[in-house]
Amino acid sequence: MGEKVLMKGNEAIAEAAIRAGCKMFFGYPITPQTELAAYMAKRLPKIGGVFLQAESEVAAINMVYGAASAGKRVLTSSSSPGVSLKQEGISYIAGSDLPCVIINIVRGGPGLGGIQPAQSDYFQACKGGGHGDYHLIVLAPGSIQEIVDITKDAFELSEKYRMPVMIMGDGMLGQMMEPIEFGEETEVVVPERDYATNGTQMKRPHNIINSLYIEPSELEKTVLERYERYKKVEENETRVEEYMLDDAEYVIAAYGTIARVAKTAIANLRKEGIKVGLIRPITLWPFPSASFAKAADKVKGILDVEMSMGQMVEDVRLSVNGKCPVEFFGRTGGVIPTPGEICDALKKMKEGK
Amino acid sequence: MTNEFVIAGFGGQGVLFMGKALAYMGMADEKNVSWLPSYGPEMRGGTANCHVIVSDDPVASPLIINPTTLFAMNLPSLLKFQDSVVEGGYIVIDETLIDPAEITRKDVNVVAIPAAKIAEEMNAKKLANMILLGAYIKKSGFVSYETMKKGIGKSIKKPEMFEINMKAMDKGFEL
Repeated sequence: MGEKVLMKGNEAIAEAAIRAGCKMFFGYPITPQTELAAYMAKRLPKIGGVFLQAESEVAAINMVYGAASAGKRVLTSSSSPGVSLKQEGISYIAGSDLPCVIINIVRGGPGLGGIQPAQSDYFQACKGGGHGDYHLIVLAPGSIQEIVDITKDAFELSEKYRMPVMIMGDGMLGQMMEPIEFGEETEVVVPERDYATNGTQMKRPHNIINSLYIEPSELEKTVLERYERYKKVEENETRVEEYMLDDAEYVIAAYGTIARVAKTAIANLRKEGIKVGLIRPITLWPFPSASFAKAADKVKGILDVEMSMGQMVEDVRLSVNGKCPVEFFGRTGGVIPTPGEICDALKKMKEGK
Repeated sequence: MTNEFVIAGFGGQGVLFMGKALAYMGMADEKNVSWLPSYGPEMRGGTANCHVIVSDDPVASPLIINPTTLFAMNLPSLLKFQDSVVEGGYIVIDETLIDPAEITRKDVNVVAIPAAKIAEEMNAKKLANMILLGAYIKKSGFVSYETMKKGIGKSIKKPEMFEINMKAMDKGFEL
């Protein structure tokens, strides 16, 4: 067991990525994720890696596309407006079946918006963002230790299923410090990839990375194959935290840092005798529908809480499928809901107002 | 037991560092901790604040609504946050910068010392924050002297700075 250190969420992602064998980073600075790029700029050149501050986010994601094509473990990070710029590249990477990890430390929007924490990029991350039929695996850690553990998994998942993985945090998670432990540093061997365009050495036929298929039936075939893989991801990789559900009469649905604020609210509500539990999706895609469907059979209602105008709540409603009432409470634009506001929203729901 | 600290002042007063030191003291006592800074335009020449939680239980929300202790490093911070402090909590101020008469709360413990003045006499102007921290720890018993020392050791990156910081803490501790 290593010694615990205090680290910012942004720096923890960077360190965890390096320990996971990621030696390439392409990005462009933006608040509130800049510490991540700064950490990479400091560390990567010292360990034979590549840090490159691109001329724009569009360039950065296409550099990621290139590095992933060449079979490298590669990371990019940004915050909301920057991630919007990356969407074209993300769609191409998904269409080319390449692995990479993309970090979004979400801030308030739309437009340039603000720089304070938000969760209003849920639709963008989980429902497309770029064009075409594709998915990302979307991971939403709720603490700095979970960031460390999830970052390593993100690379492995992206390679196992040959698809881009997004880690979605928010400004609060990126900026705050908590004690973390990295565990033993192990040497990481990144497996050779037979599809990589890294030079034939005149020993094999050319590999071609491409997302263009003029013949519709051919394109359809690639999409269908991809969705077979997505089905496996849904079956095997869904993650969720279920908290105090055993005796719960009401459930709060929340992810990321807001789930923590919700836990404080739950402690306060339970002191008043209102039995509330929490379902915290850790994978936003694949969405843990089964947990919600199961809870809906026995609780009186679900309150979805987000730092947005209500995005995940649509998936909660689809999962619950009318079996119990689903209400929404949110603050947006960088405003963080307080435990008191969440308590009030839940009581309002309980009283049927 | 949960201690919730709000530390607020101008950028450059060592607000974020005080928070880090408190967090490491908590870790030295094997408590759960979180440290949440303000970030953005207010950092650049304006006000800065941070929220630190030190608790026996895992930290749920890292945001503090009602602190058990407020370190107000300037008057605007005192005026903004003093009403939020819990009854029986602590308000810590630097008398050199804030008139103690500005504290309107009668139901809290007040630690008011001329930290900036003492720091200047020590020829260590930037360490007023550590003097305040030492004085608060002595009065509140938040951690033992040994834990305090351990926490400072962990939070200082340059070892040559340890001694002078510790000297300032001692100064506050002895008041």
